[in-house]
Amino acid sequence: MRTLLEVEGVSKGFGSVIANENISLTVKEGEILALLGENGAGKSTLVKAVFGLVKPDAGTIKINGTVMESGDTAAAIASGVGMVHQHFQLVPVMSVTENLILGDEPKRFGVVNIKQARKEALALSEKYGLEVDPDAIIEDLPVGMAQRVEILKALRRDVKLLILDEPTAVLTPQETDELLEVLRNLAKRGVGILFITHKLREVMAVADRIAVLRGGKLMGTTTPKESSEAKLAQMMVGREVVLRVEKSQAKPKDVLLSIKNLRVSDDRKLESVKDLSLEVHAGEILGIAGVEGNGQRELVEAICSMRSRLSGEVIVKGQEIPNLNPRAAHLAGVSHIPEDREKHGLVTSYSIADNLVLNRFDQAPFAKGWIRNLEEVANNGEALVEKFDIRAPDAYLSASSLSGGNKQKVVVARELSQQLDVVVAAQPTRGVDVGSIEFIHNQLIAARDAGAAVLLVSAELDEILSLADRIAVISNGKIVAIFNSKEADRNTIGRLMAGLAS
Amino acid sequence: MDAKQSRKLDFSPILVPLLSIVVALAFGGILIFIQGINPLLAYRVLFTTAFGSFDGIAITLAKATPLILSGLAVAICLRAGLFNIGAQGQLISGALASAWAGYTFVGLPALVHIPLALIFGAFFGALVALVAAVLKAYRGVHEVITTIMLNSIVIALSDYLTSNPFKEPDQPLTRTPKIQDSAQMPDLLGLPLGFFLAIGLSIILWWIMRNTTTGFSIETIGRNKNAGWYAGISVKKTIMLSMLIGGAVAGVAGAVETLSIIGRFEPAFNAGLGFDGITVALLGRANPLGVIPAAILIGGMRASGSTVQFEAGVAPELVDLLLAMILFFVTAPLLARFFKNRKENVAMTSGWSN
Amino acid sequence: MKLRTSHYLIFAFLAAFTYFYSKDGLVATSVLYTAIQFALPLALAAMVGVMCERTGVVNIGIEGTMLISAFTAFFAGAILKNTVQGMLVGVFTGAMMGLLLALMAVNWKMDQIIAGVILNILAAGITSFYYRQNYSIPSTLDPIDLPVVGAWPILGPVLSFHGPITYFGIFFILGLWFALYKTSWGLRSRAVGEHPSSADTAGVSVTRLRYLNVTVAGAVGGLAGSYLALEAVGIFERGFTAGKGFTALAIMIFGRWNPLGALAAALFFGLTQAVTNQLMIDEVVEIPPQFINMLPYILTIVVLAISAGKVRPPAAEGIPYEKEKS
Ligand SMILES: Nc1ncnc2c1ncn2[C@@H]1O[C@H](COP(=O)(O)OP(=O)(O)O)[C@@H](O)[C@H]1O
Ligand SMILES: [Mg+2]
Repeated sequence: MRTLLEVEGVSKGFGSVIANENISLTVKEGEILALLGENGAGKSTLVKAVFGLVKPDAGTIKINGTVMESGDTAAAIASGVGMVHQHFQLVPVMSVTENLILGDEPKRFGVVNIKQARKEALALSEKYGLEVDPDAIIEDLPVGMAQRVEILKALRRDVKLLILDEPTAVLTPQETDELLEVLRNLAKRGVGILFITHKLREVMAVADRIAVLRGGKLMGTTTPKESSEAKLAQMMVGREVVLRVEKSQAKPKDVLLSIKNLRVSDDRKLESVKDLSLEVHAGEILGIAGVEGNGQRELVEAICSMRSRLSGEVIVKGQEIPNLNPRAAHLAGVSHIPEDREKHGLVTSYSIADNLVLNRFDQAPFAKGWIRNLEEVANNGEALVEKFDIRAPDAYLSASSLSGGNKQKVVVARELSQQLDVVVAAQPTRGVDVGSIEFIHNQLIAARDAGAAVLLVSAELDEILSLADRIAVISNGKIVAIFNSKEADRNTIGRLMAGLAS
Repeated sequence: MDAKQSRKLDFSPILVPLLSIVVALAFGGILIFIQGINPLLAYRVLFTTAFGSFDGIAITLAKATPLILSGLAVAICLRAGLFNIGAQGQLISGALASAWAGYTFVGLPALVHIPLALIFGAFFGALVALVAAVLKAYRGVHEVITTIMLNSIVIALSDYLTSNPFKEPDQPLTRTPKIQDSAQMPDLLGLPLGFFLAIGLSIILWWIMRNTTTGFSIETIGRNKNAGWYAGISVKKTIMLSMLIGGAVAGVAGAVETLSIIGRFEPAFNAGLGFDGITVALLGRANPLGVIPAAILIGGMRASGSTVQFEAGVAPELVDLLLAMILFFVTAPLLARFFKNRKENVAMTSGWSN
Repeated sequence: MKLRTSHYLIFAFLAAFTYFYSKDGLVATSVLYTAIQFALPLALAAMVGVMCERTGVVNIGIEGTMLISAFTAFFAGAILKNTVQGMLVGVFTGAMMGLLLALMAVNWKMDQIIAGVILNILAAGITSFYYRQNYSIPSTLDPIDLPVVGAWPILGPVLSFHGPITYFGIFFILGLWFALYKTSWGLRSRAVGEHPSSADTAGVSVTRLRYLNVTVAGAVGGLAGSYLALEAVGIFERGFTAGKGFTALAIMIFGRWNPLGALAAALFFGLTQAVTNQLMIDEVVEIPPQFINMLPYILTIVVLAISAGKVRPPAAEGIPYEKEKS
């Protein structure tokens, strides 16, 4: 079989971060190469270099034996590379057809022949058995469907090498299995596939060969036969990993957080939390499992009073939280680790110390009346940097210069260093290295043990399974089932997440 | 501002503006040279008139006074992520209101009359800003367009008022009557009292931004509105507050011009002061103290514009051109790129929807 | 029901026409003729905004672009003693302003609002420094008597006898609408303005397209400036554009970033002004001239307050594209 892709000695740095260091690998026709590595290992950077979205500092990339000019996406596409991105590369306000043809439109004298384009879209979707409505607008589609469009977009260009960057992160287990099946079929047709993930199960299921990245370096290549999940995990992280979090039996007490008949709409004014009720007890972690985009974000923001509630109540320690008043929610005892730390959790141009008091800068001891007490802010900063193991020379460094894991630790430190009643943690370990993940997990368990009611929302089913004492499955804005974590099994939860009755 | 600034000294906030002035002067020199005039002569006249004598400096500082204030009006809003292009309109509104208060009230002691007229100026400056602030906070209308439109509206309105109800009787000119002596702001140490007022306001606002919870709220909203909302800061209130502060300060700028320099309101006498405030604020890196040297520099250029024409034969609009180029170089990253640390960027909003 | 600019327009048009026609047919047609003249520079200037913002670049430097183009068009026309050549110089100047904006916004990734303000202040500085009195152009651009249309009753005198820039401008706006929604350039431009990384990953160069569109838009702004100096009045004064470049932005927003919508909105603005003027001349209402001057500015604010929140701007507007951050 011919070699499609040869990566030779590619290196790429972003400032002081070395994202890729002297990486070499190959992909052959009809082969599925899984690229495995934890968050920040440099997987995306590497494939972006292949696709011409990132200019490597050193090394060469050959496609079909031809050396590619770095940073030339159009050339990569022309030589048969297609990419399904981690963040969908679809124009939300345009139709499926328009997205499929973008950049290579059927046209005469510059005028797009939209009828022909539509026909092409239908033919394509039929050919690969990936059903989509060519006239649907992308932003109205569910994620799994949008991903199909992404894949079709790549296939339309007659790809020889298909790159998929963490395609399963947004899928239910069932949708994942379907996707893996599609990949196998494509491989049979001779397409080379470079498949990125950090989920070991998928790698073992689908890969012909496995390349493991860690800290920007290639740790080695292996095959599913020669390897095991434990071995791969060790290669990925560099030490033995406890795949299961150690925690004691939960001792739940009174209800601290209670949500009654909550209805919330999303940014597009569509109702995305539908008459949802839920109770979380002191001393337990309640995990919300669900495919992203099923109302989790709106639920969290409504609890924290950041998003308007259409109706329903949020009650913390018997006290109702007013609508649209994040300060009141905070004062009532809600700690919130937000889903998007860069957007909500931090002012990155502020110092770590200022970020550590971001939502209490005007309360004692950080302010006396109108005047801020900068000394207290500094002391608090130094103490928390130490206590929460934030890797920074001092607390006055601007938060922008921290790594993802340490930024998240700043948020976690701020939220868990106060009086703990209710902790709402949304995707608390997204984009964070394994060391920080363990640390954050332990902090959440410590908060639980200290008597807090912890609501954990995560797109990673594994995280929910290992941390939560009870698991609520959310689908289409409703809680469809609640399990004790002992009774929970991945398959049932997966089916519920997908909206199928169990 | 930060709890403690990073200990490494970073000179780029000073070096970049200085360098941009030098480069702008160099380009301006080329343009003067093309007109057949020796640029060194023109610049020497410019410099010696503005800063070469005690009298010159006094005039420069007098010219700088409203610029410090209008620069401050723009700078405070920039801190909150708002671009207040409306300092001009707010300033005119303040100038007219203080003139009215200055000539209408009779028999007040100066100690009451002057503050009263200043408050009128501040209030009516803030009133103009209020329109833009409400539209921004509650309707999400971008402040750049509204403030520019308000400038034109205020100019037309003030023109109407000075040619009708507020007109000086029995006079051909469109202007208000002269203010009472009791409203006339005195000089102090040979400098207008307003200059000290401007310096005082700069220091107060600097201190507020640095040390108070209000300052922290404004700064937070300016840098990351979403994080501010998450942290429980009211975005709407903060937008309103900073716009109103900006409007009031611009109003005071107009009042000071009226009460200490012009002595009445005459349309067009205040032209450009508010727009120069944009240059002052950006040159001063939106820092309440930084606007002082920036305003003095620009005040000096404004003060000597006509002498340069007289002695070197360059049109006084040279100053407009130089200022435009200074603004270009100070904001374009060309020069800043020589200095690694560009993080201390002014927070700004882009796009029309919030 | 959706708020539609065209509804306002039709209503305003009918009301105004009926009112004036009931008094005097000639006045009625002249009001409409004047409305087109008021509307044209606004509509063209709004196209500058549409072209830039549809590819994701905010341009608040339209005012400066028009000002400096009017300036160069006028003085070039006066010095070369040729109005048409003056117009070409004006268009070229506009393109250069567009290029400068593209440089600041696309290359240097500057804050686009600041970049636009710089264009305005630069234009004001240059035009006031180089302004000279006692120059005049040989003549304004000659109006064109439309062959068939000119003979139509009622509509003939409204539509005929406008200058060449007016006719070209209207065709340009129609063409832009077609190009934006029917051609691959339009599809790509809109994609770049909504979600640039999608376009990039589909092999469309975001940088190149933004440069192209912003520069061509600048040339259109130059045409609008030339219209003011060479077709509408035939003079140049300092600060001569009087905020039209900013009103144009409101018109663009009111027209939902759609060329035809913006054209309708501009006609609405033009009609309002023409009607007010006529009412003044007829001494129907006694309004101080200062208030008449205020009208477009107040209208701009009102229009923005109405449309805000109801319209959805191109999603990537104002955000510099960072290739490696996709
Ligand atoms: N555009 C960028 N600017 C700065 N740092 C970046 C950029 N892209 C990636 N990085 C950094 O490079 C490292 C590797 O990132 P990435 O390739 O996205 O990892 P992965 O896809 O394996 O999670 C991370 O530390 C990340 O923070
Ligand atoms: Mg990645």
